[in-house]
Amino acid sequence: MAECHPVGFQWVMEAKARGAKVFHIDPRFTRTSAMADHYVPIRAGSDIVLLGALINHVLAGEHDFREYVLAYTNASVLVSEDFRDTEDLDGLFSGFDPETRTYDPASWAYQGVEEEAASGQSGERVEGGRHHAEAARADQYGSGGAAAHPRPHTDETLSHPRCVYQVLKRHFARYTPEMVEQVCGITAEDFNRLAEAVVAGSGRERTTAWVYSVGWTQHTVGVQYIRAASILQLLLGNMGRPGGGILALRGHACIQGSTDIPTLFNILPGYLPMPHAHQNRTLDQYLERAAGDTGFWGNKRSYMVSLLKSWWGDAATEDNDFCYGYLPRLTGDHGTYATVLGQIDGIVKGYFVVGENPAVGSSGGRTQRLGLANLDWLVVRDMTLVETATFWKDGPEIETGEMRPEDIATEVFFLPAAGHVEKEGTFTQTQRLLQWREKAVEPPGDCRSDLWFYYHLGKRIRQRIGDDEIDRPLRDLTWDYPEHGESGEPSAEAVLREINGTGPDGRALSSYLELKPDGSTRCGCWIYCGVYADEVNQAARRKPGREQSLVAPEWGWAWPLNRRILYNRASADPEGRPWSERKAYIWWDAEKGEWTGLDVPDFERDKPPGYRPPPGATAQAALSGTDAFVMQADGKGWLFAPAGLADGPLPAHYEPHESPLPNIMYGRRGNPARKVYNRSESPYNPPASPRFPYVLTTYRLTEHHTAGGMSRTLPYLAELQPEMFCEVSPELARERGLVNGGWATIVTSRAAIEARVLVSERMRPLRLQGRTLHQVGVPYHWGWAGGGVVTGDAANDLTPIVLDPNVYIQESKASTCDIRAGRRPTGRALLDLIEEYRRE
Amino acid sequence: MSERMGFFTDTSVCIGCKACEVACKEWNGVPDDGFVFRATSYDNTGSLGASTWRHVAFIETPDSWLMASDVCKHCTHAACLDVCPTGALFRTEFDTVVVQADVCNGCGYCVPACPYGVIDRREDDGRAWKCTMCYDRQLGGLEPACAKACPTDSIQFGPLDELLERADARLADLHANGRTEARLYGEDPGDGVGGDGAFFLLMAEPEVYGLPPDPVVTTRDLPSMWGWAAVAALTMAGATAWTRFGGR
Repeated sequence: MAECHPVGFQWVMEAKARGAKVFHIDPRFTRTSAMADHYVPIRAGSDIVLLGALINHVLAGEHDFREYVLAYTNASVLVSEDFRDTEDLDGLFSGFDPETRTYDPASWAYQGVEEEAASGQSGERVEGGRHHAEAARADQYGSGGAAAHPRPHTDETLSHPRCVYQVLKRHFARYTPEMVEQVCGITAEDFNRLAEAVVAGSGRERTTAWVYSVGWTQHTVGVQYIRAASILQLLLGNMGRPGGGILALRGHACIQGSTDIPTLFNILPGYLPMPHAHQNRTLDQYLERAAGDTGFWGNKRSYMVSLLKSWWGDAATEDNDFCYGYLPRLTGDHGTYATVLGQIDGIVKGYFVVGENPAVGSSGGRTQRLGLANLDWLVVRDMTLVETATFWKDGPEIETGEMRPEDIATEVFFLPAAGHVEKEGTFTQTQRLLQWREKAVEPPGDCRSDLWFYYHLGKRIRQRIGDDEIDRPLRDLTWDYPEHGESGEPSAEAVLREINGTGPDGRALSSYLELKPDGSTRCGCWIYCGVYADEVNQAARRKPGREQSLVAPEWGWAWPLNRRILYNRASADPEGRPWSERKAYIWWDAEKGEWTGLDVPDFERDKPPGYRPPPGATAQAALSGTDAFVMQADGKGWLFAPAGLADGPLPAHYEPHESPLPNIMYGRRGNPARKVYNRSESPYNPPASPRFPYVLTTYRLTEHHTAGGMSRTLPYLAELQPEMFCEVSPELARERGLVNGGWATIVTSRAAIEARVLVSERMRPLRLQGRTLHQVGVPYHWGWAGGGVVTGDAANDLTPIVLDPNVYIQESKASTCDIRAGRRPTGRALLDLIEEYRRE
Repeated sequence: MSERMGFFTDTSVCIGCKACEVACKEWNGVPDDGFVFRATSYDNTGSLGASTWRHVAFIETPDSWLMASDVCKHCTHAACLDVCPTGALFRTEFDTVVVQADVCNGCGYCVPACPYGVIDRREDDGRAWKCTMCYDRQLGGLEPACAKACPTDSIQFGPLDELLERADARLADLHANGRTEARLYGEDPGDGVGGDGAFFLLMAEPEVYGLPPDPVVTTRDLPSMWGWAAVAALTMAGATAWTRFGGR
């Protein structure tokens, strides 16, 4: 966190100054480790064993926050008799189809759901899961998770062998400190110190937070890492409470915003699923499968209809399904890696690359460039001439002779972009806080904001299209923002107001609870509704923290409804009293008959703790006064996920796709459901191969920004880390003849790159499974050109294209490699070296 | 003169982000200092110099990774100022030591005079450059760029008296928490430079960070040297007189 989020890290330092204990768990000793109370070295790719052992420690010692667990989690719920755990099937959960490598999650359901399906009720709960898993579209459920029975069978004594609590206990029993030592390389002493601190720092009086950066997501089991942390936090009562939670530090200033109003292929604004071409023909069919009917997702029709009205305005009517038919449709996996492979296969002809540099920043760089070289046209919008725009004349493949510029037919359009101080708008940061920023200076020359680009592109396309029926969705779009300045910059505030939404009177709405399913309201993103409440740009509020409460509600605006902590109903006990004075946050005021406290309650304001829903209730009315997790169909925090995940209802340790070690936990080596692409462009290192004996892990440095387009070009940053380097331990340096300050060549089946060597005791060899294991660290900021004042080989050329099945994120944090002294060969000889490694 | 302003750099909370180096260069228009991979931990800056007015040192020890942002000490007795023949170096109303670029003639006397090796001449224009404690920003009521950019308050700026009090409290805290290796550096008005306007809390011996343990203002002996020179001159005169007249 100190490495990649130094500004946010000031609050960790502040917490530390107030007595918080900080543990840092990382494959290498970083600037964060230097500040932590305890540094715990770990083998990259083994985190589920560590987290699982912490869960086991909590369960075995009965350290769980029992009152919280009973009230707010699904610990007491009985799971279907058909469910089989990895304990029963040696590393598989029930429902796995080896042909398609996908799970049918039907058997993971709560007990009783089967009967309901038989009677024809709520088919989604059973069928939906399978449909989603088929195309590995677990994310289809959006942020609400899958549907689940709102009132399942339970055993409040937690003793029934099929209740979630007992299922958990059996599942995690093999996650012991000994396993942590053997799989993660963490000593029993380190583990015990961590386990004791986590338990001591949780309960009524105290909370513990887990903080991860996106490195946790870049694994074939990345989603399950975070699931494992959620289970631990739910068991210890650390969710929905101040100082608790799992804090995802996202990679960019506005990555949170780019999923809220997504640049992802599989969701619409506000985490509504993207319709599927065959399964969601009509709006009704779509809504039937999109999340549950109970909990706040039960209002999904209002959210979706308001979105359609926002986009197509008066053209959207009840009679034409509110133009639902205009939406693009999914036919399968359209993720970034599938798209690139589609380029190589000639299916994808055109490509917009906006503020990204995939030729350097995405896994398997060569594959990315082969895709780019096979396009008809490519648009690159960036502040500098990044490698993605110049690969055709100076890429590594030109140097090796694999490609010749005269053979590449891709027409490349480079369009200069405005920087963040040259345009107005909001950033949404990791706490879901929208902060408005003003334009400080005009962008130079032809540089334009992304808003300008897309708005004027849309205008020009609309001018050129004729009367074809196929173009009607474009003609009907509401596309009329006020413009200002010489360049015709559209008003970002007008866009924010459109996102906020308006009521029948045309006035800005103040809450998503005002959204209607009948087409009388418009809203561009339901979770952002309220950011323009009272016709005021709430994101632009900048009241200093010292002039308001510790929650600082008048600084910016957080979605939803300016709540700073989600699910904060859980900060009070079932009766609505704070768990402790120290941790008081939201509570029930019986006299006034409403929830009150420091933050905006994440609960219906007047729903008393004693409320019990009548039979047949839907949406939020179906949740009781103790159902704190209001977005879930059953209102519970899920220790066990009865649906919604592509690779199992519980986290289980699988080795990375490329690992030097066997999986000693189960008979399954890798995640059975991981997305594998057997392509000659990007072959994999064989498992446990003696040719690739070292663990390779990539990362960022404070001094640079992602693929380097915004830092390699700036002398003041570039001089601080001027050359591509790798970090190795003194032991590995001795083993491979590497010299500090000298050169090394790092080789995988994809590429061989060179880097300067930094030998450091901060890189610690791990001793596990009777051997010494070395890890090689490589930052990924360099590229061969990019208009930079410094250049270097690209680390991502080394990494494989193998993905997490839930979210399609590549496993770039744990793969294997070889490392040898000296610079790499050039030209044809480089290809020969890689070929030699592939053969053996 | 207004009260003496200073820097307190608390290295125990430095996270090595180098924001101070970048903010300093941005504000003061200091050029880049070369693109050299030094293979010395994460330090590719090397040392303070004409084009580096803040330098974050990274020191790897078996069980820690020390980081510290070094800067001109703005000494109470500043030798650079003493030896400057043009008056380019002067003491400001904030009791800081600043070079006026438009007066400096590049003689370079100040360079060997500095007991910390801070001030240096730029190769291309020959003039001497160093930290001004953002004199221009201070005139505008702003804190120096490095302190402003520091995310963890490792670099604190303010009236020197206040900073010294804060530093004592911080040191006591660290000692109470068992961090007995913590110590202040440059805070003592009785030291060889009369105390620094920019002082530090260090987590190891000063030498570990490349700082001199007992800096002495290089012009300390000038008054007595003048005295000795006078005696020598008189002696010489006497001897000459004796040889000329006494020998007859």
